[in-house]
Amino acid sequence: MKGKRAFKLSLIIAVLIVAIIFFAAAISLTLGSLPALKEFGWKFFFSKEWDPVSDRFGALPFLVGTLLTSFLALIISLPLSLSISILLGEYMKNGRFSSTVKSLVDLIAAVPSVIYGFWGLEVLVPFVRNLEIKFGIVPYGVGIFTASLILSFMIIPNTASLAREVIELVPGDLKEAAYSLGATRYEVIKKVTLPYARSGILAGILLSLGRALGETMAVTMVIGNNNNIPKNLFYPANTMASVIANEFTEATGDIYYSSLIAIGFALFLVTALFGILGRYIINKTTIKIAK
Amino acid sequence: MSKKFIVNLMLGALMLTGLLQATGGVKDLTGAGATFPYPLYARWFDIYHNETGIQVNYQAIGSGGGIRQLLNKTVDFGGTDAFMNDRELAKSPENPILHFPTCLGAVVITYNIPGNPELKLTPKVISGIFLGKITRWNDPKLVQLNPEVKLPSQKIVVVHRSDGSGTTFVFSDYLSKVSKEWARRVGKGKSLRWPVGLGGKGNPGVAGLIKQISGSIGYVELAFAEKNNLPYASIKNKHGKFIKPTLKSISLAAKVNIPPDTRVSITDTEAPEGYPIASFTWIIFYREQNYGKRSYERAKELINLFWWMIHQGQQYNEDLLYGKLPAPVIKTAEKIIKSATYNGKPILR
Repeated sequence: MKGKRAFKLSLIIAVLIVAIIFFAAAISLTLGSLPALKEFGWKFFFSKEWDPVSDRFGALPFLVGTLLTSFLALIISLPLSLSISILLGEYMKNGRFSSTVKSLVDLIAAVPSVIYGFWGLEVLVPFVRNLEIKFGIVPYGVGIFTASLILSFMIIPNTASLAREVIELVPGDLKEAAYSLGATRYEVIKKVTLPYARSGILAGILLSLGRALGETMAVTMVIGNNNNIPKNLFYPANTMASVIANEFTEATGDIYYSSLIAIGFALFLVTALFGILGRYIINKTTIKIAK
Repeated sequence: MSKKFIVNLMLGALMLTGLLQATGGVKDLTGAGATFPYPLYARWFDIYHNETGIQVNYQAIGSGGGIRQLLNKTVDFGGTDAFMNDRELAKSPENPILHFPTCLGAVVITYNIPGNPELKLTPKVISGIFLGKITRWNDPKLVQLNPEVKLPSQKIVVVHRSDGSGTTFVFSDYLSKVSKEWARRVGKGKSLRWPVGLGGKGNPGVAGLIKQISGSIGYVELAFAEKNNLPYASIKNKHGKFIKPTLKSISLAAKVNIPPDTRVSITDTEAPEGYPIASFTWIIFYREQNYGKRSYERAKELINLFWWMIHQGQQYNEDLLYGKLPAPVIKTAEKIIKSATYNGKPILR
């Protein structure tokens, strides 16, 4: 009896600690960004000027950089991760090939991001530069496009693993019913499996997006770190995470320091916003089967 | 049985720490700050540990972090590549923060063009390139300065530091002195609003981009350029001489009048043989050492370390590609270190 209560209590305490840490982070981010927000007001999020010399700061270039790289990465990675999940969830559920691919995909997520950054810098950047030379664009090599490519690869496992799991969970009776009506395999995937797994796939995409929004090291290494709003997708830019990584250590001025924290606050808000939005969409799209 | 053992163990440990405290054994000092002099400091503190048994822990977290930690009084001293300005110093009004230089560094202009010849550059051309006004390597201004070099018609790609850094501070300090337009449009600082170019993180990041991009130009520390065999330019100084950055020419750049608090920029130096983009790096500490329950022994050990750094330590500078302090600067630094007090009384006599 006593043991049961102690167990329950320890569970509650553990959960409370997590909740407290979350709110403590939110509060210290808010407090830390107050001086900057007082100085610039809400214009902070819409001003494109970032000038540490004259202490004028605006977050817009980094907001644009973060959103552009994340969504571009999502668009590039989606066909790949969905193909993996359909193949592994429908066509090749078992076998050596399937288990190899599964562990490979999981391995992608386990590699530290600095290694992707390094690989990007050494391999991907020269590749993109050659492309740019062919197309007559200024051959920087680094930039939004390169960062998105790296990101798209890094976020594959997040969507692929989750989507595969929900595809595997689609009830066999549903599929069998469709087959018995004469549906082909393609038709079953299109009309039964995917619609049923829709919300799980969306949740996977959301996880990917969260990872892409916050990814710092790999992006910093290949994005070109230019604090202006990018003129095109091949232009060097900066994301919220990368500008913090770049400038935090040497930010001596109070307003400067606070502005960087405010960017962190903005990143926190953006991530939370997409999280809530995603949850809403998932709820809307979940297929409810009458029992 | 086992409980008794643990109690005994704890008692023993308590007695041991009590003993250590009674002898006043200060065994370690802590510092934090600039990354630029870190290789030299690491070497110094290693030698110092062997000589004196005092362990100095220096965390290279960046000048900004060093200043912040000193202001928070979590370290014994800070290291900074850009001297603290009056506004920053005003954050400790009751106990003034002092600076003394430890070594000299320089910023060199490096590039990637066919053959990587040694270029000659003038302040006007450098500021023109970094402002985005000179955009091609065969610009007449560059060709005129380097008639013996065959310059390509490539576009110039500017590479700068993306992280806040003392290197950027020194470089922009120089450009602000030699170009009114730079001073007005960009100014000086550890991070800037760059008119053109790409950002690379740290010296390796900048050098990496330059090595990859044909037609690029950027700036890195002399020590880094030397170690990695990067080409670099001679720069025309105030006397009209083209000076190659060497350990000698950066030390010579410091042969100017130094103010008593050593907070001075020596870029665009008046010294006739001095390289124009050189700078000191500083140690910062509190003048009154009795703060936050610090013991006299600790203060004394700290001041001894400082004294060692500007005297015995200097012999190791050039091995690690840092400039030595010239004699007049050492004299000024001595005065500053001697002005440190404990309860108002000088620590060194």
